[in-house]
Amino acid sequence: MSPPIAPPGWSRWLVPPAALSVHLSIGQAYAWSVFKPPLESALDLSGTQSALPFQLGIVMLGLSAAFGGTLVERNGPRWAMTVALICFSSGFLLSALGAATEQYWLIVFGYGFVGGIGLGIGYISPVSTLIKWFPDRPGMATGIAIMGFGGGALIASPWSAQMLESFGSDSSGIALAFLVHGLSYAVFMLLGVLLVRVPRSEKPVASAPSAYEGVQVSARNAVRTPQFWCLWIILCMNVTAGIGILEKAAPMITDFFADTSTPVSASAAAGFVALLSAANMAGRIVWSSTSDLVGRKNIYRLYLGAGALMYALIAWVGDSSKPLFIVCALVILSFYGGGFATIPAYLKDLFGTYQVGAIHGRLLTAWSTAGVLGPLIVNWIADRQEEAGKSGEALYGTSLIIMIGLLVIGFVANELVRPVHARHHVPAPKEAADVHERQQSA
Amino acid sequence: MSTSDSSPPSAPPSTPAGAPPGRRGLIAFSWVWVGAPLAYGLYELVRKATQLFTG
Repeated sequence: MSPPIAPPGWSRWLVPPAALSVHLSIGQAYAWSVFKPPLESALDLSGTQSALPFQLGIVMLGLSAAFGGTLVERNGPRWAMTVALICFSSGFLLSALGAATEQYWLIVFGYGFVGGIGLGIGYISPVSTLIKWFPDRPGMATGIAIMGFGGGALIASPWSAQMLESFGSDSSGIALAFLVHGLSYAVFMLLGVLLVRVPRSEKPVASAPSAYEGVQVSARNAVRTPQFWCLWIILCMNVTAGIGILEKAAPMITDFFADTSTPVSASAAAGFVALLSAANMAGRIVWSSTSDLVGRKNIYRLYLGAGALMYALIAWVGDSSKPLFIVCALVILSFYGGGFATIPAYLKDLFGTYQVGAIHGRLLTAWSTAGVLGPLIVNWIADRQEEAGKSGEALYGTSLIIMIGLLVIGFVANELVRPVHARHHVPAPKEAADVHERQQSA
Repeated sequence: MSTSDSSPPSAPPSTPAGAPPGRRGLIAFSWVWVGAPLAYGLYELVRKATQLFTG
C-alpha cells in the first residue's frame, strides 16, 4: 500500500483528529480493570488470571511497536491505522466469542495478542506523519495524539461500566459489551483511516521549516548511537517514577494520612486517582507544546530535575501537609505524561524525520521495562515495610528515595545527549547522487 | 506542487482559517467526532475528581 498523498489544499488540521481517533480508541487498554470483576465472577477467575489479557496486550504493544515500526514507515499511516483498526476490533470480537462460549483463553488471545498488535501499531501510526505536517510544532502535534491515549481510558472507563450495568455482568452480558466495543471502535477509528494523508511536499506550510531539514538517521543506525540509549534511559526513568505513584495512588494517599487527624476516605482516594489522570493527560499536551518553545533538553531537565524535587518534598514534608502531597503528586504525573508526549519530538530533533516512527517504536521498549519496574519497586518495598511492622507514610519512604535516584539517573542521561555523529547520518538525496557519480567516474 | 500553492496568499492552507470552504466543514466534523467523546470522558472525570474535596 502506498502512503496516501494529500491533495492540493488539504489542511494539516485534519491530521490531529485522524490521530486522535486512533489514540482515543486504543487508550481503552488502560480501562481494562472495568472488565476484571465481572470476568472473575462469571468465569471463576483469580485476580491474576483476569489481568492476563491486559498484561499480554501491553507486552504485544511494546513488541509490535518495536518490530513493526519499519513496516509502518514503509507502508505509511493509512496502512498502519487499518492494521490497528482490524487488530483492535478483532480482538474485541474474539473476546466476545470467548465470553459467549466461556472460553477464557480466547479472551486472552483476542484482547491480549491480536488486540495488543493493534495497540502497538496504532500507537506509532500517526507519529511520523504528524511531525512531517507540523515541522514547526512537533511537540504540540505529537502531544495532541499521545494525550489521546490518556484520554481513551477516561472515555472507556465510565462507558464500559455503564454498558456492563445495562447488559448484565454474566458471560452473555460481557460478550455483548465486547461486541459493542469492537464494532464501535471500528467505526470510530475509521475516521483516522479515511482522513490521514502524508504531505505533498517537504514544506507543508510556507512559513515553517522543511520537515526534512537537518540530520536524517535510519532506525537501524539510530539504535547504534549513544543518543538513542540516553533517550531510552530518560524515558524509562521518567515513566518508572510516574508509574510508582500511579500504580498505588489510592492506597498510597490513604496510608500516608491514615495516622493523622484528617484521614482520606475511599471515595476521596478515588477522586485523587481521577485527578492524577487529568494531570497525566494535561501534561501531555501542555508540556509537550512548551517544549517547542523552550527546547527538548530543557523540558526534560524540568521533568527529571523538578520531578526529583517533588518526590523529595513529599518525603520531607511527610504526612504534615495533604495539599502539598496532592500538588506534588499532580506535578509528577503531569511530567510523566509530558515525558511520553515529548519523546517523539526529541527523537525528531536528534534523528530527523526519515524513520522517526520506527525509532519511536524501538524506544517504546523502555515503556514496557518501566511498566514492570515501577510497580515492582513500590509494591515490593511496601510489602517488606509492612512485614517489618511499619505503617502509614513509613511504608513508602524507601520507594520515594529510589524514585529520586532514578530521576537523577535520567537527568544525567539527558545531560549526556549530544548531536548524532555524522557517520550515522543518511546522505541527503543530492549528496547520495554525488557519491554515486564520483564512484561511477572512478 | 505544495499544499500552500493552492491557498489564498493571506492565509496558508494548513491552518483551519485558510482551508478551502469544503474542507472547513470536514475539519469541524472531524474535531467534533473526537471532541465529543473526549468531553464526555472529561465530564465523568471531573465528577469523580470532586470526590477528593467532598468525600
